[in-house]
Amino acid sequence: MKDEFDSLAGGSSSGDQGGRELGELEESLRSRCSEGKKLLIPYVTAGMCAEWVEIVLALEAGGADAIEIGIPFSDPMMDGPVIQRASAKALLRGTTPVGVLGELARASLSVPVVVMTYYNLVLHMGHYRMAHELRAAGVSGVIIADLPLEELGPWSSESDGLGIATVLMVAPTTTPQRAAAICKRSQGFVYCVSRMGVTGEQGTLGSAAASLAKRIKGLTDMPVCIGIGVSSAKQAVEACQEADGVVVGSSLVRRVLEGEGTAGVEAFIGEMRRALDSI
Amino acid sequence: MAEPRDSETVGNARSRPGGAPDARGMFGSFGGRFVPESLVAACATLEEAFLDAWADEGYRGELDSILRSYGGRPTPVTDCERVSDDLGVRVILKREDLAHTGSHKINNVVGQALLAKRMGKSRLIAETGAGQHGVATATAAAMFGMDCTVYMGEIDTRRQELNVFRMELLGAQVCPVSSGSQTLKDAVNEALRDWVASVEGTHYCIGSVMGPHPFPFIVRQLQSVIGEESRRQCRELLEGKDPDFVVACVGGGSNAAGTFAGFLDTSSRLIGVEAAGGAALTSGMPGVLHGMKSQILQDEFGQILEASSISAGLDYPGVGPEHAYLAEIGRADYVTAQDDEVLAAFEYLAKREGIIPALESAHAVAWVIREAGRLLPDGSTVLLTLSGRGDKDVAQVRDLMNATR
Repeated sequence: MKDEFDSLAGGSSSGDQGGRELGELEESLRSRCSEGKKLLIPYVTAGMCAEWVEIVLALEAGGADAIEIGIPFSDPMMDGPVIQRASAKALLRGTTPVGVLGELARASLSVPVVVMTYYNLVLHMGHYRMAHELRAAGVSGVIIADLPLEELGPWSSESDGLGIATVLMVAPTTTPQRAAAICKRSQGFVYCVSRMGVTGEQGTLGSAAASLAKRIKGLTDMPVCIGIGVSSAKQAVEACQEADGVVVGSSLVRRVLEGEGTAGVEAFIGEMRRALDSI
Repeated sequence: MAEPRDSETVGNARSRPGGAPDARGMFGSFGGRFVPESLVAACATLEEAFLDAWADEGYRGELDSILRSYGGRPTPVTDCERVSDDLGVRVILKREDLAHTGSHKINNVVGQALLAKRMGKSRLIAETGAGQHGVATATAAAMFGMDCTVYMGEIDTRRQELNVFRMELLGAQVCPVSSGSQTLKDAVNEALRDWVASVEGTHYCIGSVMGPHPFPFIVRQLQSVIGEESRRQCRELLEGKDPDFVVACVGGGSNAAGTFAGFLDTSSRLIGVEAAGGAALTSGMPGVLHGMKSQILQDEFGQILEASSISAGLDYPGVGPEHAYLAEIGRADYVTAQDDEVLAAFEYLAKREGIIPALESAHAVAWVIREAGRLLPDGSTVLLTLSGRGDKDVAQVRDLMNATR
């Protein structure tokens, strides 16, 4: 099994500081970390409401270090009720991958954009075309929720050459050997899944999150962020005791679904920003 | 139970009909394990546990014994003389409708429940469309003393109200799924979401030859008992010969996969019949859904389309990857039946043979009626797997008949 993982990880140059190119996303995140900042990466589902681009701009203004944009899929297996609802709304509004990328290109954000989606949308458009569309839209990273390490090949052979970072996840159940292979192959940052479960808010951040982040920090010099279930400023601070940053999704998307506009969203992220900056 | 052929190990260099998928879980270019990282370890553990169990005489013996003493196996075949006279082709029905709980689903759930028990799991979850698989899972859970949660699209809970009650009667909790199209595909999503969060103590007892590896392989192996028995029984009836045609309905495709497994190395022609409104193999294109790469009904952007037919059990926009593979290499042919032909076939089999088929199975009957004397030459022999009985469908069929008359 070890050999198998090594060969899977072999295509990447990550994991070894010596002389590797960091890529745009990792470089940007690292420079924030080296200023002593913790990373704040909010998530929003593209197209969930008419003013979603303004929401994204408000997140930037509120202090996001990067923004994760979900391209909605009809069958989001890794998402809980809130993001399911946002995805369904977005699809009802006629949201399409190319449409989203066009709007993102026009928004000209200054922080890096990481697109999160499901593999069928990539497969359907074609690996080559999707990689080029992402590049043309100025996207610097991508998370494909249902594309595990073993199946990365066809996608990464297109995305790597264009400098699009493919961010991989590790879960509490990921074996140590596999985690090492994922850390080697991930680009931009390593995404630690805080708990066994789909996206959604939670009252308390379990201890699994911190111990996983600690384990992963020992395997890579890349930024390590905790996501899934980080619901409040307090939990963000807790997560960052071990991790370099957090991804915040459902708690934000719920606020947008409930009609909170740009001001409310900016305030919510601003509060997290201040909490993280005071660590 | 007959020995499975060439299927004891996963990891052959190349997949071949009837064999195990390759190390990535691929049947040709279909299958695989397209799941979030959180489920990778669970799938790997399950694969290991199944291979271990399948090679263990103790597990196989216990499964065989339960299927005999509790499941009603072996199920008989019926040589349908009146139908054969009408159609000019000899029609032999494999009577999965006579298995416990009224369909072939029991073969799969007993095997998976036994596996779950062996893995130390105390809870089963399942998705269901028509309710057959949900009822079967609830039944196995009751027998093994396990907790059981069944996810069912809200629309299907209304279409199959009695099956909801059946599951509850058997001690299962039925969770209506109100997201998406509120049918089978959404029930699968919800079951997968449950499994991500509960994987330590829960086994996902998937209902068909679909989902991430190793599920399509596990379910095919467990259903191959249909094909093994049929082959033996046909040879008894046909003086040592195999039938010219082997026909079964295909939604996810478990009864067809199990039936075909017994005939892949014969010269029988294999025919899978899909619902015209849910024909992934006829109208779909390659895609990834529910952890597998297969033929999938999808729109121009890759969003999954809703399947729609008279039978909730075939309303699935995908199909098991092994069927996509068998179609790709030309070993099996996949055809469709329309709702009106299906209704006519349902009534015909009831009147001519005294057998009320499930609406799903009636698709296979409808195709044989339509093609007798055409694609099925006069005098040819047809084995048709009657995957389930139609008791669950009679209220719906009555309403449809009243509406059209």
